Amino acid sequence: MEYRQHRLDNGLEILAECNPGAHALACGFFVRTGARDETPDVGGVSHFLEHMVFKGTPNRSADQVNRELDEMGSHSNARTGEESTIYHATVLPDFQSRIVEVLSDIMRPSLREDDFETEKKVIIEEIKMYDDQPPYGGHERIMAEFYGAHPLGQSVLGTVDTVTGLTPTRMNEYFQQRYSPGNIALAAAGNVDFERLISDAEAFCGNWESFPAQRELVPVQPRSGFVTMHKPESTQQYLIQLANGPSSQDEDRFAARVLTTILGDDSGSRMYWEFLDSGLAEAAGMGNYEYDGAGLIMTFVCCAPEQAQENLERMKKLQGQAIVERVTQKELEQAKRKISSHIILSSERTESRMFSVGAQWLKNNDYKTPGEIAAVYDAVTLEQVNAIAQKFPLVENMTLCVGPEAELFAPA
Amino acid sequence: MQTQNQQIKSHRLANGMTIVGEIMPWLESAAFSFSVPAGCQFDPQGKEGLANFVCEMLQRGCGKLNSREYIERLEWLGVDYSSSASVYHTHFSGAMPASNLYEAFEVYHDVFRDPTIPEDQLEEGRMVCYQEVRSIEDDLAQRVMLQLRKRQYGDPRGRWSQGSMESVAALTHGDVLEFFNRYYQPDGLILSVAGNIDWEQLVTKTEALFADWEAKPVDSIEDKGSIIGSLHIPFDSQQSHIAIACPCAPYSDPDYFLARGSIGVLSDGMSSRLFRELREKRGLCYTVFASLHSVLNQACMVAYVGTSSERAQESLDALIEQLLELEKGVQEEELDRLKVQIRSSLVLQQESSRSRAGSIAGDWFHLGRARTLGEVTGLINDLSAEKLNEYVQANPFRNFNLVTLGPEPLELKHGIPSASAG
Repeated sequence: MEYRQHRLDNGLEILAECNPGAHALACGFFVRTGARDETPDVGGVSHFLEHMVFKGTPNRSADQVNRELDEMGSHSNARTGEESTIYHATVLPDFQSRIVEVLSDIMRPSLREDDFETEKKVIIEEIKMYDDQPPYGGHERIMAEFYGAHPLGQSVLGTVDTVTGLTPTRMNEYFQQRYSPGNIALAAAGNVDFERLISDAEAFCGNWESFPAQRELVPVQPRSGFVTMHKPESTQQYLIQLANGPSSQDEDRFAARVLTTILGDDSGSRMYWEFLDSGLAEAAGMGNYEYDGAGLIMTFVCCAPEQAQENLERMKKLQGQAIVERVTQKELEQAKRKISSHIILSSERTESRMFSVGAQWLKNNDYKTPGEIAAVYDAVTLEQVNAIAQKFPLVENMTLCVGPEAELFAPA
Repeated sequence: MQTQNQQIKSHRLANGMTIVGEIMPWLESAAFSFSVPAGCQFDPQGKEGLANFVCEMLQRGCGKLNSREYIERLEWLGVDYSSSASVYHTHFSGAMPASNLYEAFEVYHDVFRDPTIPEDQLEEGRMVCYQEVRSIEDDLAQRVMLQLRKRQYGDPRGRWSQGSMESVAALTHGDVLEFFNRYYQPDGLILSVAGNIDWEQLVTKTEALFADWEAKPVDSIEDKGSIIGSLHIPFDSQQSHIAIACPCAPYSDPDYFLARGSIGVLSDGMSSRLFRELREKRGLCYTVFASLHSVLNQACMVAYVGTSSERAQESLDALIEQLLELEKGVQEEELDRLKVQIRSSLVLQQESSRSRAGSIAGDWFHLGRARTLGEVTGLINDLSAEKLNEYVQANPFRNFNLVTLGPEPLELKHGIPSASAG
């Protein structure tokens, strides 16, 4: 594997992890923009724009875009988050130039009125679909409660109201502020011809006009509290907690991931033994979310409503113990083995390598091989992990309970 | 196609257990799946959920390992493991760095041959099973799919393995032991392995671990009670969830790839008919698809759309219209796109030991052999618009089974007869 990097004159970064033995090639445009870059009145515009990107350009109708992606047998998709929007495809190596051409073209979409109104209906269906699925809008609600008025508290999907109110003109204004080539990377992995990737990117993206697209970083002030969303139709109760965690830039993030693996992995962790082995919960775990200048650690439990109050107490106890009862050497070694195996398994897929290359650029303008990442985790010490438990106390959190149980209380 | 060097091998032990292996030397990992012929088809009436309960109890210690040591051992070996019961099998699967494969097999040997099944953990195990029953209730799309399958296939083929709160409550430690002793046996067991493995070593190690396991063959249960018609589940949801099914050629049928091709034209990719007509042109839904579901010698086409209640009838009508439209024929270019997509998916499977271990196990179950990727590619290349059109005209989608969940019931129009049902 060889890592290559090149920047076009207009600022577009081209990054590739070239592996001539790979069966496939994956590439994608990684844009540093998402819900946190929106103003509240256009909530959901990043995600709506992601859909509109597939609806045609001055050179192609929406039908043509879909047809061409299928003609290459591509596995293509897009995703929008709090601070990134990613358009990607995996193809056989023969299609390299053609996939780069199509993806490049759609990155300059027409935003036609007719398509806009039809797609608006699709987005509203998507919002309703998630409203019917656990935790029933709970993720959006707790992010808003945790981050308050900070842009990280804004919903990625937006609401039926904000999406209904969007116009192609407002979307185009957002596009003109965020989709500057200096704010985008073309990342690739697998069987990539890098010289050709550069010349194709030059030909297809070289004329994209550059403009400033800095993100204004406002410091976060995470809040703690206890909120209940009553959902009588739901069978299970969903308990979600957010606590402060390391950001994308914070060197503590590796030790923090080791800590949450020990405490909250879906197998063999302290939460596993407390909640899953015992059958006290259907699902339970922890996850780390790292953002530009902010981060959080999520703890979640899904259980029968009648177990919810006691489970809240168990969650608090387990989080408190993480501070006073130190992680053991055995737990640390077990977590490292697990992380290392996970890195091996996921690195075999070309698509996940492309995501790793792109995500590392998005977060830190950085690149590490799977082996280098495994080595960073391997070097994490017991002292570092135990320091994380002190520095980011999980007991200080925002709690949201969603489900049929209306009367739940924060444990004393 | 970079599949010419693909190596799939098989070996049958004297006790009826079969090893199917695919050698993928370019990978660092290996994946395995033990498909034990102890599926929920054998759950006695009133004790639905038993196979799943047994599967849960088997992972609470084995050999010298207690329940905690068992999990720790698998994790130490880097095994990303899972287990689940289906109608015909209970599956124990995992993927890991290939160098640890046989140490993982030693653990699974003890799971099958020397499990603890601790009576003092029975209630914990039951609680886990209750949680699994409850989790289905909150997944509305899954609920309609499970009901549809139950009606389409009848019993036991249309069962789901979790059972009900009542049936799980009725299970005893004796039931668990009895089920284990009767059905956990090697005759019909498929062990599929894919990844960076040495075939001779795989056979030798597996023989050494499992050759002395005694076969106790057992016949499958006959299916009965399939229902065709409409079922509505009233529910106060934002969207209506609509699922329809009708019979189709199963995986073992010579016409399978024609059926697969016709459903692919409907649903594979963003230029497929359902995506284009219902979502792209009319904005009726976010999710719409059709797929082909095979269980041994029976199969059905299943189509799903989730949409706002006020547009649910329009969406169902549009879905049926597209299914009926298919018999008017497919275009050469639609088929060409589909072929490229399938070939591309086949190549991508070669990046994943887990995906190939799953595929060859499924092949073995349905066909009694595993198709190579080259063979599948040949079958796909042989499809022509002419053959496909003959097939869709001779086998139009009919006898729809409809299950809906949402605020209002829906109606099958287009002159499709809908038998009444509960």
